[in-house]
Amino acid sequence: MSLVEVTGLTVGFGSLKAVDGLSFRLERGGALALVGESGSGKSTVASALLGLHRGTGARVGGSVLVAGTDVERATDEELRRLRGGTAAMVFQDPLSALDPYYAIGDQIAEVHRVHHRVSRRAARARAVEVLDRVGIPDARRRARSRPHEFSGGMRQRALIAMALACEPQLLIADEPTTALDVTVQAQILDLLHTLREETGMGLLLVTHDVGVAAESVDEVLVMRHGRAVEHGPVGTVLGAPRAAYTRELLGAVPRVDAPRAVPGQAGDEIVLEATGLRREFGRGKRRFAAVDDVSLTVRRGETLGIVGESGSGKTTLGRMLVGLLAPTQGAVRHDGRPHTGVNPAVQMVFQDPVSSLNPRRSVGESIADPLRARGERDEARIRGRVRELLERVGLEGAHYDRYPHEFSGGQRQRVGIARALAADPRVIVCDEPVSALDVTTQAQVVALLGELQRELGLALVFVAHDLAVVRQVSDRVAVMRRGRIVEEGPADEVYESPKDPYTEQLLAAVPALDPQAAARRRTARRELAA
Amino acid sequence: MTGFGSFALRRLVGAVVTLFAISVIIYVVFYATPGNVAQITCGPRCSPAQVHQVAQQLRLDDPLWSRYWHFLEGIVVGQDYSTGTSVAHCSAPCLGLSYQTGQQVTQIILTKLPVSLSLVAGAMVIWLVLGVGTGVLSAWRRGRPTERALTAVTLAGLSTPVFVIGLVLMIVVCGQLQLLPFPQYVALTDDPEQWAWNLLLPWLSLALVEAAVFTRLTRASMLETLAEDHIRTFRAYGVGERSIVGRHALRGALAPVIALNANDVGSAVGGAVLTETLFGLPGIGQELVHAVSVVDLPVVVGMVLVIGFCVVIANAVADVLYAVADRRVVLV
Amino acid sequence: MSEAALSAATAAGTDPSVPAVSGARLFWRRLRTQRAALVAAAVVALLVLVALAAPLLTAIEGQDPTTYHPSLVDSARGGVPIGPFGGVSGAHWLGVEPQTGRDLFARLVYGARVSLGVALAATLVQVALGVLVGVASALGNRWVDQILSRLSDIIVAMPLMIMALALLAIVPNGFPRPVLVALVIGLIAWGSIAKIVRAQTLTLKELDHVSAARLSGWNTWQIARRELLPGIAAPVITYAALLVPANITVEAALSFLGVGVKPPTPSWGQMLTSANVWYQAAPQYLLLPAGALFVTLVALTVLGDGVRTALDPRSASRLRVGTGRRNETKAADAQGGSTPSGASGSTAPTAPTAPTVPAPSVPTGSTPAAGGSTAGKEGPA
Repeated sequence: MSLVEVTGLTVGFGSLKAVDGLSFRLERGGALALVGESGSGKSTVASALLGLHRGTGARVGGSVLVAGTDVERATDEELRRLRGGTAAMVFQDPLSALDPYYAIGDQIAEVHRVHHRVSRRAARARAVEVLDRVGIPDARRRARSRPHEFSGGMRQRALIAMALACEPQLLIADEPTTALDVTVQAQILDLLHTLREETGMGLLLVTHDVGVAAESVDEVLVMRHGRAVEHGPVGTVLGAPRAAYTRELLGAVPRVDAPRAVPGQAGDEIVLEATGLRREFGRGKRRFAAVDDVSLTVRRGETLGIVGESGSGKTTLGRMLVGLLAPTQGAVRHDGRPHTGVNPAVQMVFQDPVSSLNPRRSVGESIADPLRARGERDEARIRGRVRELLERVGLEGAHYDRYPHEFSGGQRQRVGIARALAADPRVIVCDEPVSALDVTTQAQVVALLGELQRELGLALVFVAHDLAVVRQVSDRVAVMRRGRIVEEGPADEVYESPKDPYTEQLLAAVPALDPQAAARRRTARRELAA
Repeated sequence: MTGFGSFALRRLVGAVVTLFAISVIIYVVFYATPGNVAQITCGPRCSPAQVHQVAQQLRLDDPLWSRYWHFLEGIVVGQDYSTGTSVAHCSAPCLGLSYQTGQQVTQIILTKLPVSLSLVAGAMVIWLVLGVGTGVLSAWRRGRPTERALTAVTLAGLSTPVFVIGLVLMIVVCGQLQLLPFPQYVALTDDPEQWAWNLLLPWLSLALVEAAVFTRLTRASMLETLAEDHIRTFRAYGVGERSIVGRHALRGALAPVIALNANDVGSAVGGAVLTETLFGLPGIGQELVHAVSVVDLPVVVGMVLVIGFCVVIANAVADVLYAVADRRVVLV
Repeated sequence: MSEAALSAATAAGTDPSVPAVSGARLFWRRLRTQRAALVAAAVVALLVLVALAAPLLTAIEGQDPTTYHPSLVDSARGGVPIGPFGGVSGAHWLGVEPQTGRDLFARLVYGARVSLGVALAATLVQVALGVLVGVASALGNRWVDQILSRLSDIIVAMPLMIMALALLAIVPNGFPRPVLVALVIGLIAWGSIAKIVRAQTLTLKELDHVSAARLSGWNTWQIARRELLPGIAAPVITYAALLVPANITVEAALSFLGVGVKPPTPSWGQMLTSANVWYQAAPQYLLLPAGALFVTLVALTVLGDGVRTALDPRSASRLRVGTGRRNETKAADAQGGSTPSGASGSTAPTAPTAPTVPAPSVPTGSTPAAGGSTAGKEGPA
């Protein structure tokens, strides 16, 4: 009997069919990744394995067998035993997935007692044991902490500990590392790997990140629109994909080891220069410098990539460069002239395609803002220019009167680029412009930025956490850590022969697309840690 | 711990500043208005000589800030009042003297306070138990007949002013059915049983409206918590619905309820004024309404100050309690 | 009260990312689907019509609200109306007032004028002041914000009923009383709305589209007008819809205590002052104004909920009192379950917690205060 047997599964919400006739099997001790872009239905499948759609109004068809239990026909009591006891789920956002009001150890103990008839005391001891098992230092004491006292990585470990506490046969991990920095992600993936080796439990990994899948599983199932596109051993699917969509997907994944395809044409003019930038937040004891003594220059036609993990100060730096935030110390020069406050010649493309456009105004109106602010009054000329810009970024001129919600994330990001272009900028600072997008969309937006740069001689500052994306677009790269630039230089140099140990560590943590390379790197990381 | 200590301290300082600001505003509003302040203060029946005396007492010839300082000084260290023939000393905390009755405002308040406290405290117990209880029930039985019934009752409660509920209760219970005599206040120290029986209707009138507010809030905040991710986690681990609602959702819903209860003190005081007037309970509210109707300004100002102070302090205490209940503060 | 408590009572205003296509049309489309809200709206419209047409209606009846009819009350029995049902007749449709013999129908419809008029005017004052102070506080520098926020705190802390009672005691009698009552309520109880507006403005201000507008070269005033004001409209309207019934209650309470609208101007609260004396002899003297108040408040509350649902469907399903749409929460849950886990990126942007603006509690509007997360004025972006 297989551990998981899904046959002809369909899940519908209202008129939407999230999963459409999906079948697969997972043997005991095996590891399968469901890979797909947003809307592919992969998380819905994960929920269906635990019967989490019951009572929500979703229509579920087909059959789901988990360790012999028919999830759709199981009684409530059987389902409760299945949840946690047979199959345990690790959720994406470890902060919101834990109750903020109770100690972590108590939460694990509570879950443990649902499945094991033991005393409170024994359950607590078990909680400490599993916390220790997942590598929480000083587990006895930390078991009494509440979730907000843990770091993101530790919270994710705690969630895995909660799953372990019930000794399940199957671990379902729904984007378990998406909210984490790349170095922490590597640690969590290594932990999952070790636990699997030791306990022999099966793993169902849901992820949008092909690299994460390559690191962790034996088999991959690529999903799109609720259907399976390709299913097979991880080496085959990623190494020699048969389906066109898989090839497209893999082609769009940025590689950390490939240099920028078309390098920028750096001119001599320095269009943006920062010297000794420092920005402090908070008052009194809580005062800290988010950015500390950062100097950089950007020339016409080139791209400077700024890469760093969360909290490194990269976003603060970006906002200072465009003048949205005033530096505590230091100065920003635009075209050689000191500048405070905003300047239409230095524009920004924002991260969040939802909040970066006013939902109450048509996209045309948003794009026209810089024109109107400049004093342009001629409606026909404004419309004409906006139409031109819309077409330039790959949208239709007729989209002028549409509202943001009528567009997809990638299209909205294009609108944001058009708005930035409307100001005729010399520099565009892009703050994580593609991090909220699916990988295929990501590649398109990155390509668009490159085209525009060549065509208009734009200087780009590309701020991102994803090392591979930054390599894909940058001529020069600056690596930030704790508010400072720890290493800066030509992209190839920084990526091929990093000088700073932190850069090295970051690069070592980036998931590789080749499963064998991934295994080698895992061993290397282990040795590094030992 | 230190974080909490400093928070509590900061909140306390904030409350003191607020109290100070309130006293300034009240002073300016009532003693620096255009018109004959001395005449208004003394009351409509004062003779010109008395008015003159009051004007001197209030130092109306001095600049505003010095008058205010004098007023504060009176509160903190006490003050002598000359009524022409005799001199009355009003010891600290002195909120002034009623020129119409010759009584000290502090004294009036102290004699009336137990009545109002009895009323508000008792009603608060009822509205918290009733409101939070029905709120939880209503969230739990979402979409079922229980919830629909509770929703209708809550709507009725929200839409009936205190004095209408009070009137109806009084007429039906005391008048038509004659289940209870018309309430007459009996001090708790005299006869606890009679105290409770006589306050039952006033408690209910005041509590029913407030309870509706709490039902609504508790329900909303329970449903909000139930939609949170960590509830999904516990469901995905087979934790029973009883534990999810009773343990996790309720805990999450509690903080806003505490906060609202604090903020509601001001509103409850307003309700208490109406209840006391309606049932003829000799509390601060009834006295205030009386003082307002005969324009006894020192009494009005003194009471407004005291009530304002109580509300500010209740709010500060609740804020600290809220910080204890809130997830972000590390304490419990 | 401090922001900590306030943010507890609710989260910030409405979800700023809810697309409000062309606001009005979407609003109407959503309101239309709620049967209870529509009925409530009809009742409110009828009440407003009655209030506006009060002189006409009384003219049809042939009475006016102030004329005494001593012949219609039995002075021997203390002034009980003569005739069945408290003196109901063709001339006096709803009977007459005990003691004075004034026409009850006329007093009731003129009372609607006072109730609705005072409440609406007070709400307007509250909204105007609240929006002004809230926006100024959120956009001003630290000192402006400190002072205005403190001021709002103080205003919120002052018990409305008590302050109104005291203020109404000292103002001279010459001033038109209903205007005065509206002004006093409006001037005392704008604190909560200022806090909501401040919190919402601070939230909006941090949104990228406002940053983008700054980068376009607009000045602060232009940004406030184009990007911020439309965004705060939804929570302000929602809250204002709850303030109207609260203000009606306050006016009725003040008049009940004899300090609000003074005779001979009729007001529902005032009519109830002596109703407990007459309930046996003339029950309609109690039931008519109480019923009118009740119906008005129910209608306004249900309409307010409908407005909230239409403006912010997500939070509304939780606070709903009378309106239908039972399946909404279920649908929302289902969708929550299906939400595809987003693409990469540090914490994926999740929608802000829905607001729960609790109803302004009766009888003083000082309570509810939705509002304001402490949302510091600055923080690491």
